[in-house]
Amino acid sequence: MSATVAQPIKPWRVNFKQAWPEIAGAIFAVVLTYAIVSATPLKGKLGFFVTLIFVATIVAAGISWLRRDRKAAFNSVSTVLVYIAGLFVIVPLASILYEIVRRGIAGLSWGMFTTDMAVTASDAPLSEGGILHAVVGSLYVVLIATIVSVPIGLLTSLYLTEIKGKAASTIRFFVQAMSGIPSIVAGLFIYAIWMIALGNQYSAFTGAMALAILMIPTVARTSEEVLKLVPGDLREAGLALGGTQWRTVAMIILPAAQSGLITSVILGIARVAGETAPLLLTMGGADALNLNPFSGYSSAIPFYVWKNFSMGTELSIQRAWSGVLVLMIIVLIFFSITRLLSNKKGRF
Amino acid sequence: MNTAARTLPPKRVITTKPRFSDKVFRAVVTSGGFSSLVILGLISIFLLINGLNTFKSEGFKFITGFEWYGPQLDAGLPAQYGIGAMLYGTIVIGLIALFFGFPIAVGAALFLSYYAPEWLKKPMVLVVDVMAAIPSIVFGLWGYFILMPHAEYWAKLIHKYLGFIPIFDMPAPAFSRSPFIAGLVLAIMILPIITSISREIFAQTPLDRIQAAYALGATKWSMIKSVVFPYGRGGVIGGAMLGLGRAIGETVAVYTVLNIVYDINIEVLLSAGGSVASMIVNKFGEASPEEVKALMAAGFVLFLVTLFINFLADLIINRTARKG
Repeated sequence: MSATVAQPIKPWRVNFKQAWPEIAGAIFAVVLTYAIVSATPLKGKLGFFVTLIFVATIVAAGISWLRRDRKAAFNSVSTVLVYIAGLFVIVPLASILYEIVRRGIAGLSWGMFTTDMAVTASDAPLSEGGILHAVVGSLYVVLIATIVSVPIGLLTSLYLTEIKGKAASTIRFFVQAMSGIPSIVAGLFIYAIWMIALGNQYSAFTGAMALAILMIPTVARTSEEVLKLVPGDLREAGLALGGTQWRTVAMIILPAAQSGLITSVILGIARVAGETAPLLLTMGGADALNLNPFSGYSSAIPFYVWKNFSMGTELSIQRAWSGVLVLMIIVLIFFSITRLLSNKKGRF
Repeated sequence: MNTAARTLPPKRVITTKPRFSDKVFRAVVTSGGFSSLVILGLISIFLLINGLNTFKSEGFKFITGFEWYGPQLDAGLPAQYGIGAMLYGTIVIGLIALFFGFPIAVGAALFLSYYAPEWLKKPMVLVVDVMAAIPSIVFGLWGYFILMPHAEYWAKLIHKYLGFIPIFDMPAPAFSRSPFIAGLVLAIMILPIITSISREIFAQTPLDRIQAAYALGATKWSMIKSVVFPYGRGGVIGGAMLGLGRAIGETVAVYTVLNIVYDINIEVLLSAGGSVASMIVNKFGEASPEEVKALMAAGFVLFLVTLFINFLADLIINRTARKG
């Protein structure tokens, strides 16, 4: 006599008997869509997908209604719609990334990083000219914006988490509102205060000031989130050992939150590296390399893209796409760094 | 044996008086904390000062007027600066963006919170975050070269089958660079912010309520309808408003895609629209000093509108988050 060993069953698993109506329904929907598309003047992939959405919704609702009731039908419809919404989020991003690489790769070469556009006409072949001036300009702009905005953002977040003054909730509110001001307004403001009122000229520094305004709220908000995660025990321990608040913050809290704070800075950089509108008002947009960030017209990668797109010749648009590819690579590198940092540590 | 009196160390002074270093620290941090207030104040003051002349000379016409030109000396006409048409255009493309973006974003947030299989959640969140990091000029170029041909075809279909509705009517067969297409690009741009805020709010729905709904035999949709939506309504609306604020302030992507025309057109599929932010970039290049001041005034209006929308949105979101 062989002993029967009890097999563990998983009652929550969907078995074939329960699933076949759905599978059959899905196949039926695709076939029906194909039939409709070939029978009617609807054309192409787009027509197919739009029809598929409608057919799939109706078929799913019908099957659920027949098998169960009206509520189940609503459930099926909403499930299909929610899945479609999820799809709609992925499709544009996939298309954007694919097109950037496809169109940008043609103009990409090592040579483009060593020359500028000073002596290159807009319809010169792609082997001439480059984006050196834009890369250097972007580097200056982002670096200066970081130097200006990080201390201010960090101090704001320290005020919100460590001092917790009377105005803390008001300031939190205003910082949130500040993160929503349009980038063009930041550009206009810097133009008004730095160029009209103080009489300065177009330069990389002017552009950096505009970007700093956009960067401060990002840095402040993410740093605040990070500092909030530092356990209160650490603060109390620091104070109990006789440290002043300044020593506690400088030697315990900031080191404890270090990787998170770096993440917040890089997030701020990723936020402003691709900004275009404020730079259009503040940088002048040079074609030649300008190594002095404090005077003279200069350019940045988004500005380069904009300028070449505006020229509208076939080759300049090709250049614009190459610029977009470089810009996206830079933004995605910064983005990946923040991901790696926040995954590795920063959780207490 | 030495019996000299033990010398006691001086009594430690225990005081609540802050040390000098702490005073400096608190002063520096507090002044840093107030800097964002100062910057916001400076922005409004400087834009207002520069725009004041325009506000004075144009009066209420600045908000309602349709004309924008400098003084025309040969015709003896004074300058006319009015952003009425642009404000109208901004609202139109903002609403189009919300019309398409909001349902998809909320659907995607629901998908992420309740429908997606475990293995798909992380990549999907990554997709949303990457989308938020894409610069607006990239969206602009993509919208112009890739989305536009498709969107023109969709616009033609809408016109063909729904043309009897006035807003889908077409006085001239120009389907490219319309508010409709600009709205579509903006819809994609505001997806990430609405999705991530909705998802955060949905995550705060009390688990016991969800389980109670399931235990009563609710389907997933009934559960969402009766538990998740009532709890998250405010947050989702706030997210939508933040998205609207983003859409209103968007400059470069809209300018790339939209054909800016100084007129109010009710037809959204027609190749003529407006946007305050894009108009500023459009006019800034060849503006006279006086016109720049008028643009500052326009920027001030834009600043106030977006600030107001963001305030309201934050208020609603914070209240919902606290309740949840």
